[in-house]
Amino acid sequence: MFETFLAIVKRDLILAMRRRSDVLTILFFFVIVVSLFPLGIGPEMNTLRLIAPGVVWVAALLASMLALERLFAIDYADGALEQMLLTPQPLSLLVLGKVTAHWLVTGVPLVLMAPVLGIQYDLSLDGLRVLVITLLLGTPALSLIGAIGAALTLGLRGGGVLVSLLVLPLTIPVLIFGAGAVEATVSGLGGEGHISMLAAILVMALFFAPLAAAAALRVSVE
Amino acid sequence: MAEFFHMGGYALYVWGSFGVTLLLMVIEPMLLKSRRRAILKRIARMARLNVGEVS
Amino acid sequence: MSSRIVNWFKFSSPATFYPLAGRLIPWFTAAAVITLGVGLYMSFFVAPTDYKQGEGYRIIFVHVGTAWMSMFIYVVMAAWAGLGLVFNTRVSAMMASALAPTGAMFTFVALWTGALWGKPMWGTWWVWDARLTSELILLFLYLGFIALQSAIDDPRRADRAGAILAIVGVVNIPIIYYSVQWWNTLHQGASVTVSGQSSMETVMLWTMLIMTFGFWFYAIAVVLARVRCIILERERDTTWVRELEGEVQ
Repeated sequence: MFETFLAIVKRDLILAMRRRSDVLTILFFFVIVVSLFPLGIGPEMNTLRLIAPGVVWVAALLASMLALERLFAIDYADGALEQMLLTPQPLSLLVLGKVTAHWLVTGVPLVLMAPVLGIQYDLSLDGLRVLVITLLLGTPALSLIGAIGAALTLGLRGGGVLVSLLVLPLTIPVLIFGAGAVEATVSGLGGEGHISMLAAILVMALFFAPLAAAAALRVSVE
Repeated sequence: MAEFFHMGGYALYVWGSFGVTLLLMVIEPMLLKSRRRAILKRIARMARLNVGEVS
Repeated sequence: MSSRIVNWFKFSSPATFYPLAGRLIPWFTAAAVITLGVGLYMSFFVAPTDYKQGEGYRIIFVHVGTAWMSMFIYVVMAAWAGLGLVFNTRVSAMMASALAPTGAMFTFVALWTGALWGKPMWGTWWVWDARLTSELILLFLYLGFIALQSAIDDPRRADRAGAILAIVGVVNIPIIYYSVQWWNTLHQGASVTVSGQSSMETVMLWTMLIMTFGFWFYAIAVVLARVRCIILERERDTTWVRELEGEVQ
């Protein structure tokens, strides 16, 4: 069973490496959105330091929404998805494999880029550390929750906007605890509570989201 | 009477709340009524077309 | 026992549910008009003026009722959607789609009246209070459900996709609510919740309950009317609709 999971991850990683520009687009989107805020708000460092966790987190949220569209769309277009539905392996496991590969390709670059952007906002070293930890816990949860929306909107016109409309309200807890942890750390309150809540959300998403996304895929492909 | 409508200075807020609620609760059934009329008209037209084909 | 189950499933067919809904609508409409009439009379003439908030507090009688409705309807909608998914009954899924617009309407009214209440009491139209924020997110959830169903052309897929979304939403609502509450207590120094609600007089409580019942009856009547529209739209090519046509004209 684990082999199937690995096979799916490996396959999707190879496919993603052939379309590297897609990954870069999402990363650039993240960087540009974060860099726009100082231009809109003003270069006042004290203000920027205050809004940094929220800005980076909201930008990461939007970037991962942008990435969702391609989670199942390519396999759906070339018919590979239908073959996956016919295999005897549990579909939720295949979904989990696809989400894992998707997160490695779109989520991890965001996590790696985040400290650089945090420095732009003069975040403290502690703040940067917690920012990376929360993104590391939060972005997989975003990908998992987003997979449900991506599966539901598969092949629909205007799917990209629709998926954001469906998924964004559901990701609010991730945003609250993710940005909250960084903020609490910066203000000296300690973000441990937030981080454990974030971990709990990730565990729940790991368990439930593949099941819901698999059910949604069956509905959409039928 | 005027005092009642004045609502102790809260007229805008109180009547704004009750008024919009009531307005929406009137509009919603009206929209449904027109939706029902449209679908019935369509069904009737389809029925006439089918009759025309048979004869 | 088994005969009762069969009886219930009889109404899961659109052809039998359609006339049943039609017979029920006048009763619920009448009940809604009467209870809302009584409720409005009590709101303005029976309930005494609040010593702290003056006449402005009378907004509570629409606000609380519609806020309750907005939450109940989402849960009821998810329950119908779940039934439709499990038993594959078309009427259940149609009920879920019929509930969504009314639920969204009540959510909007709750937000609107909340803003109109907040302005004189707190001095601003909007505060990022935990309850207001959750209500706003609930509106987004309703809009997402409606948008998803209207984007899908195949009604069967629309039913099932909507059902999955509604169930995911209903599982998420408590998590969203608690996270918003946590977020709010961290950010808000002074609490802005309305004081004196627990020590409310019985007259006020009764008025609120009667108004809520009125909203319920209204919602049931409107949803049944909408489900009849949906049934006609989806079943327009079946023989029973064509036979019906004589009497509905």
